[in-house]
Amino acid sequence: MYAYTLKRLIQGVITVWFIATATFVAMHSVPGDPLLNERGVNEEIRRNLEERYGLDRPIFDQYLIYMANMAKGDFGISFTQQNRSVNDIIREHFPVSATLGVLAIVFAGLGGVLWGALTALYRNRLPDVIVMFLVILGISVPSFVIAALSQLALVGLNDLVGFSVLPVAGWGSILHMLIPSLVLGLGTMAFLTRLMRSSMLEIVSADFIRTAYSKGLPPTRVFIKHQLRNAILPVITVLGPAIAAITTGGFVVELVFAIPGLGRFFVQAVQQLDYTVIMGTTVFYGAFLVFMVIAVDLIYGLVDPRVRLE
Amino acid sequence: MPNTMPDVSNSLTRTASFQLVWLGIAATLGFALLMVLLSWASALTGSGSSTLSAIDAESGTLTLQLSTEPPQLDSTRATDSVSIMILGHVMEGLLRFDANNQLVPGVAERWEIREDGATFWLREDARWSDGLPVTAHDFSFAWHTALAPETASEYAFILYPLKNAEAINTGTLPSDALGVRAVNDRMLEVEFEQPLAYFEELVAFPTYNPIREDFYRNRDGRYGADVGDLLYNGPFEMTVWVHGAHLRLEKNTDYWDHERVRLNVIDIPYFTTDTTAALNLYKDGQIAIVDYLGAEQLDEVLQQRWELLRFGDGSVWFLAFNFDSGRVTSNWHLRKALQLVTDPSELVNRIIKLPGNLPGESLFPVWLQGIDGFFRQEYPAPQIALDADAAREHLRLAMEELGLDEPPSLALLVDDTPGAGRQAEYFQNLYGTQLGIDIRIDRQIFKQRLAKMQNQDFDIATYGWGPDFADPLTFGELFASWNPNNNGRFSNQEYDQSVRLAQSSLDPRIRMDAFGRQQEILSEEVALIPNYERGRVYIKDRRLQGVVRRAVGPDPDFTNAYIVETP
Repeated sequence: MYAYTLKRLIQGVITVWFIATATFVAMHSVPGDPLLNERGVNEEIRRNLEERYGLDRPIFDQYLIYMANMAKGDFGISFTQQNRSVNDIIREHFPVSATLGVLAIVFAGLGGVLWGALTALYRNRLPDVIVMFLVILGISVPSFVIAALSQLALVGLNDLVGFSVLPVAGWGSILHMLIPSLVLGLGTMAFLTRLMRSSMLEIVSADFIRTAYSKGLPPTRVFIKHQLRNAILPVITVLGPAIAAITTGGFVVELVFAIPGLGRFFVQAVQQLDYTVIMGTTVFYGAFLVFMVIAVDLIYGLVDPRVRLE
Repeated sequence: MPNTMPDVSNSLTRTASFQLVWLGIAATLGFALLMVLLSWASALTGSGSSTLSAIDAESGTLTLQLSTEPPQLDSTRATDSVSIMILGHVMEGLLRFDANNQLVPGVAERWEIREDGATFWLREDARWSDGLPVTAHDFSFAWHTALAPETASEYAFILYPLKNAEAINTGTLPSDALGVRAVNDRMLEVEFEQPLAYFEELVAFPTYNPIREDFYRNRDGRYGADVGDLLYNGPFEMTVWVHGAHLRLEKNTDYWDHERVRLNVIDIPYFTTDTTAALNLYKDGQIAIVDYLGAEQLDEVLQQRWELLRFGDGSVWFLAFNFDSGRVTSNWHLRKALQLVTDPSELVNRIIKLPGNLPGESLFPVWLQGIDGFFRQEYPAPQIALDADAAREHLRLAMEELGLDEPPSLALLVDDTPGAGRQAEYFQNLYGTQLGIDIRIDRQIFKQRLAKMQNQDFDIATYGWGPDFADPLTFGELFASWNPNNNGRFSNQEYDQSVRLAQSSLDPRIRMDAFGRQQEILSEEVALIPNYERGRVYIKDRRLQGVVRRAVGPDPDFTNAYIVETP
């Protein structure tokens, strides 16, 4: 177990290094120039800027300097937010994205398992048909549409009631969290519902279920203890990547609901070619994804006694 | 093998779904608990949105949304409109713009502009937010700082009219050679590089704002990065800045002219570039103004019968040509052919369709002042009559000169916004049907488009230019051969001479004649095809009065705004 964990961690570090290098190369080969602005500047001012950001050095030197700083945990200074460090940006804005992401993933996980179990229970009957129709909607309608529609619905609701029941946008109180996190988790919940449903139906005919029935266990107990518990395993498997996808993919929701999360910085940095922020956020998210997958694999070993980590 | 449940399935469904419902209730409670925990944890990190609505008359509070937060508020390095707007509320330079967009005394109570320089006498009661007086040294320090090469200020060029400024910025002269001297705390002496007719316009620009040396040095390179890293001397001071989440400006009672400021608090808890979200916030009564509406929101606004307000943002948009000799667009006949079939009013009325935009006729917009009245009334723009036949004749001549058998194909470089796309398609269709010219639309995201402009990798580009100061020169010098923003490298000796004359002359008639001549040259040479002068539409709560919108300077300006109880 420990040897396995260590091995996976070393692999993880190498993966992160690879992500950083690939991002560095890709970023520098994108056409465009981070120092260009709507107002062109003369050559001298341009030289001053290059010197300030170290862009006057050969590209390989820049790479070495960057990697050395990154190893020390220093992601540098943002190009657009000229005197804020990327570390500050991540430290201040990731907790917001993470809060939203955790809520979304919990919502998606719980909802997916429950709706999946329910639809399996009512297979091919009306509740199943209705829920599966909604699931297809949830998977196929992009989140920016859902976000915009739910915001519009909030405006309508507040208008109807006559006072502000739920805030339309913004961040800071518990009420601000609710709708954005539900919107963010909706797609994943729909996906997990489908996964859970098919996983439940697959297990219905498994040997150990038949054994459980033949032992004379009450059907409800078989359903909850044996069928549901086993059907959850595939859901846990996809949860790792889903957590990363939700935490990093909140850009649209953050934009529509004016939430100060990291996702906005991530996307804006790419648009603005803000080199240090692109590197910082990509490496941070990359590391986050890699270690989330490792964590899920380890948890898998704990949840499923048949899995041995070696 | 069919999936069959035992025949007990009906009772199973009932009892199992009953259990699932219990699990669902437990999950909902768990989710709620998690929300409480997380909100408690995030409250510890200190972000908090306001709970007040758009306008609170009792406390004099106004709530707003902005597209982004200011990247930082160090005035020597500010370049974007949001920074300039916030700086306009919390800082004050020697001069400022009043409610009628006229320059009025700011920190300077009087001044004298001479041929070789200027003197400013500072008012006694101008104070920093820590109570110390604003002195001439603070201006001198800020200007020296902005010009220091290591500051790498993008707007350093706006200080170049100061004596030796350019040489200092490029590192060829030491910093103390700058033609600025604080004679004493309340008297600032300025020397010019050459006679300067528009210095008053320049000192209102934020790069000329004061910075106090001891405070700046204590910040260790973080001046302007956070709420505690700034000293304020303007009508408001910033009391909250949670990055990306919340800005709060409160009336500065130490401000010398605080009696004119009638709002107590400007609260900005929303930052999003999504204009639909902004409109939703407005509809919900959370914000008092949507300062910029897109064409797609117009229907909604009209439906709601909200009062639609408009103003010109001062910018001019046009088609720029590439004058590189290897490009077909360097051929005058080709450009002339395009000019003769382009009707800016059709573009404005049929494609842009937002009220407030004016069809473009010239590089110099209508709002610029001339000698006694508006420049464009004194020097009308050359009129181009549409003439498709003449255009085709010019195209034929162009093909002859270029040695082409068929009309050339041209790359049109545009932004990746939906509006820019529609305009590009309009031109593609126009030049295709009228002249048989194939326009290849090259849509690029912001930085890539800029890089392609800079590298002259285009035939035609849509281009917009907003003014830095209220003098025709801010537009005229754009096409000077040495200007870094003259991306197509238009070069004309007479034009260059005319720009130099306008830069150095003090006689209004000579200067305006020069701009008038520049206007003619640009049209004769078809250096550009004007498209439109941009107008913007916005909506605001009727209880909010006195908001100033402007083309040059901080916009929108709430320093004169006030709240009326019944509109």
